[in-house]
Amino acid sequence: MSGLVSAVRPGAYRDSIVLMQLQVALTELPDVEDAGAVMATPENLSLLEASGLLPAPVPEAGPTDLVVVVRAATKEAGEQALDRIGTLLRRGSSGGEGGFRPHSLEAAARLTPGARFALVSVPGRYAAGVAGQALDLGLHVFLYSDNVGVDEEIRLKRHARDAGLLVMGPDCGTALIGGVGLGFANRVRRGQIGMVAASGTGLQAVASAIHELGRGVSQGIGTGGRDLSRQVGAITALQAVDILRRDPETRVIVLISKPPSPEVADRLLAAAGSTGKPVVVAFQGVGQKIINGPEIGAGSKAAGGDNTAGLHFADDLSEAARLAVTLDAGGAVDGRSAWSATRSGDGAPASGALAPYLRGLFSGGTLALETLLKLRGRLDPLHSNLGTERSVELEDPGRSRGHTVLDLGADEFTVGRPHPMIDNDLRVRRLRQEADDPDAGLIMLDVVLGYGAHPDPASELAPVIAEARRPDLAVIAIVVGTDEDPQETDAQIELLEGAGAHVHRDVSAAVSHALALLGAPRDPAAAAPAPGPPASAERPAAVPAEAASEPAGRPVALDDLTQPAAAINVGLERFAESLAAQEVEAIQLDWRPPAGGDERLLEILEKLRR
Amino acid sequence: MDVSLANATAVERMIASRPVLTGVARADESIPGMHDHLLLHAGPPIEWGRMSGPLRGAVIGALLYEEIASDAEEAARIAASGAIEFAPCHDHAAVGPMAGVISSSMAVYVVEDLTHGHRTYSNLNEGYGKVLRYGAYSPEVLDKLRWMNEGLAPALAEGLAGSEGIDIRALLSEALHMGDEGHNRNKAGSLLFLKLLAPMVAPLALDPAEATKVLAFIGDNALSVLNPVMAACKAMADAAHGVDGSTVVTAMARNGTDFGIRVSGLADRWFTAPAQTPDGLYFAGFSSADANPDIGDSTITETAGIGAFAMAAAPAIVSFVSGTPRDAINATLEMYEITVAEHEHFTIPTLDFRGTPTGIDVRSVVELGVTPRVNTGIAHREAGVGQVGAGLVRPPLEIFEQALLAFAERYGI
Repeated sequence: MSGLVSAVRPGAYRDSIVLMQLQVALTELPDVEDAGAVMATPENLSLLEASGLLPAPVPEAGPTDLVVVVRAATKEAGEQALDRIGTLLRRGSSGGEGGFRPHSLEAAARLTPGARFALVSVPGRYAAGVAGQALDLGLHVFLYSDNVGVDEEIRLKRHARDAGLLVMGPDCGTALIGGVGLGFANRVRRGQIGMVAASGTGLQAVASAIHELGRGVSQGIGTGGRDLSRQVGAITALQAVDILRRDPETRVIVLISKPPSPEVADRLLAAAGSTGKPVVVAFQGVGQKIINGPEIGAGSKAAGGDNTAGLHFADDLSEAARLAVTLDAGGAVDGRSAWSATRSGDGAPASGALAPYLRGLFSGGTLALETLLKLRGRLDPLHSNLGTERSVELEDPGRSRGHTVLDLGADEFTVGRPHPMIDNDLRVRRLRQEADDPDAGLIMLDVVLGYGAHPDPASELAPVIAEARRPDLAVIAIVVGTDEDPQETDAQIELLEGAGAHVHRDVSAAVSHALALLGAPRDPAAAAPAPGPPASAERPAAVPAEAASEPAGRPVALDDLTQPAAAINVGLERFAESLAAQEVEAIQLDWRPPAGGDERLLEILEKLRR
Repeated sequence: MDVSLANATAVERMIASRPVLTGVARADESIPGMHDHLLLHAGPPIEWGRMSGPLRGAVIGALLYEEIASDAEEAARIAASGAIEFAPCHDHAAVGPMAGVISSSMAVYVVEDLTHGHRTYSNLNEGYGKVLRYGAYSPEVLDKLRWMNEGLAPALAEGLAGSEGIDIRALLSEALHMGDEGHNRNKAGSLLFLKLLAPMVAPLALDPAEATKVLAFIGDNALSVLNPVMAACKAMADAAHGVDGSTVVTAMARNGTDFGIRVSGLADRWFTAPAQTPDGLYFAGFSSADANPDIGDSTITETAGIGAFAMAAAPAIVSFVSGTPRDAINATLEMYEITVAEHEHFTIPTLDFRGTPTGIDVRSVVELGVTPRVNTGIAHREAGVGQVGAGLVRPPLEIFEQALLAFAERYGI
């Protein structure tokens, strides 16, 4: 019978990503059912407990001690797995070729004088400190870490703005700087469309679509999900709009965000509207309702009244891409062009005999929200873990109810585990779980490709999809990627289709297909726009010109955004590997929590630094 | 308070220090506070009961040498009785490799810091084999010590007295360009030492055979210059000591039981924790089971910016500590992260003549969790067996944490 075995390695600090790799490697060993490897903080121990991996008695270990727990079919198999820890850890510690890995940003900056960017993906508790050091060294910051306090975000961003630097983040997954992808990014042709995005997946989806429609991107500047909140006041987004205004390579600007705070949207739109360049606005779930102005039809009219300058509101991400491409090409819309929004299987519903409920298993919040917004009113009630009043919040995201749309990249799923864009394990489990539910008739999932993402997700998802399908269960996959992505998008699509999934390249097409398959009633409100959030209904018709002034602070030097020659990576090694694959020199820090995370020592160091 | 400014001051003083070997003298006639019943030893303070094998052996040997005891048992009894006072060399401006035991009649090198005027001391290197510094005290060990005191020391003393002394900082600058790092490898430096001493010693020799013996003894021992180098590093470190508000480390030393450090802005307080066993290569027939915990004052070299900190200059000895010349460069690169400055006079050709990493900052060590690297010889855990290997060791992180906490307390942070 299966049981838990555990080992404690005192004082053996390892980065969480290394520990995750260790976990994965352990579960691949014979007869091992599950494994956990964590630094023994109280939070991590409670995570083990939640996964049924807390050994009894609880090991005597503290935050600087490594705890490894294995559940195996036999005690022997468990013990054998524990014996492999040393070997597996060594395997994970690259750095070969004798390359020096500095511990401090100062040393890294000295070793790579050409670096203009620091990528920061350390645990949130330390992220602001690292980002602050990077700013002090004159580096722009790509801040992937989440769990950074809003006060710290504001402090960092104000500091950066005064210094002519960008803080992209926190919780920024994607940027495209001078043609180079930072974080999770697709390989996208360079072009004339400049993007400002508060959502990484949103940036990926629109940039990929632009590429597939034959155009390209000048800059894709991430802001982090909270930048357009009232508190932060779009500091980064305003800097980014100012950059794109001055950038001679940018002819069209695209703004992407979840619903922003109304007054911030006001300022941002004012700034964007005064750039003299056409601006496409994709505020999810808000659409054209953000302004009370002339009705904006799909892809044709602009708030400014002329077709090439002013604000153009898009209902969704794919429309944003199409609008941008149209404007970039000089106005004429070529709706489908080389890119087919729908790949396959959008014909007639199989038999109309699917089980009743839809289950959306998304790797990120943006596509999940977009899907939810499009399903709303058609499938009710809708459940989700997206924290939006537009659906019923699930009490237990671990179990779907009725129609459910899940963001599997949310904290409740990813704390202590790799993100589903990196590791398919969570989605594989959830796919099986949904397939076991006889009421589940349609599973939707996204497969986001590009640098940083899993190197071959379809190879892991396709077999499970094939297994999950049954006469009353269909699977729809939304593939976000370009023909130049390292995963080879066409091959990924083939694998998924081979497994019986219907593949689409954007949410709109996928949702239409899903509704058709489920035999959902026709949209009663198809002609009338969905109501926006109450606050945004009161937008002024015209953009006040005085708000469109330069952002305070020092303008970011455009030269900093030319193709980066070098960057400093603190945290996820995957990001350094992606840069290397794009022929950007990436120096990886051998980062550890400062002062081992000891609060008193940190406090002293902080005071002595001043 | 501005710690960085205080540290800059401390390290400026360290680098400006110009240690010159000016003489050789009896310990009790030169070392401040030295007396008949005082034995100096390496590392932080320690009482007889906690001393490791090699240090106990060296104490016994010194008591026999001074004829305070007539045999080992009596020596041990006297040492345990409290009749003998023990003190760190460091507390008397001195340093000694391995056990580092200095007794009152022993000859010591006298180094003078021409910039700041203070003096430092170290004993004479005995060469290889059965030697006091590894805790050996057999009759041949004592006989050699006697010759060193009665033959070698006067010859060196007279030679140096008629000279302007030997500029050890200049000698080290040159040796670093000849493949030495100044701690484990002193081959080039010892030959430079011989080259400088020979024309001082030879003209004064009354007996060509004795002069030959003296010069051959210096030339045959690739560690001859280690002791004057250590005294010179001590002079540099002492120049940086006592700067108010500075977190620069001014002493790192081991007594075979504890590893201790002192900090510029924290007066003469030691911060100690159990010494670790070096990680390295062992001579044939020995293994880590034979190793004594880390011992000796020779870590004063790393304290002053050479030794393991200058590893990139000494690719020939990387096999002791890791593997490839690239590792040697990486070792030095890592030490830049925990030091305040780059040395003006000690430079590394392979790093485009970048100065060696100099002046360990307690703050950086604690923040980054990167402890100083130390190149070291490894002593057998039993008295008198001698060196069993060489390798790399790092001080325990906790002594730097202790120092930072004490610093915060001392300066009300």
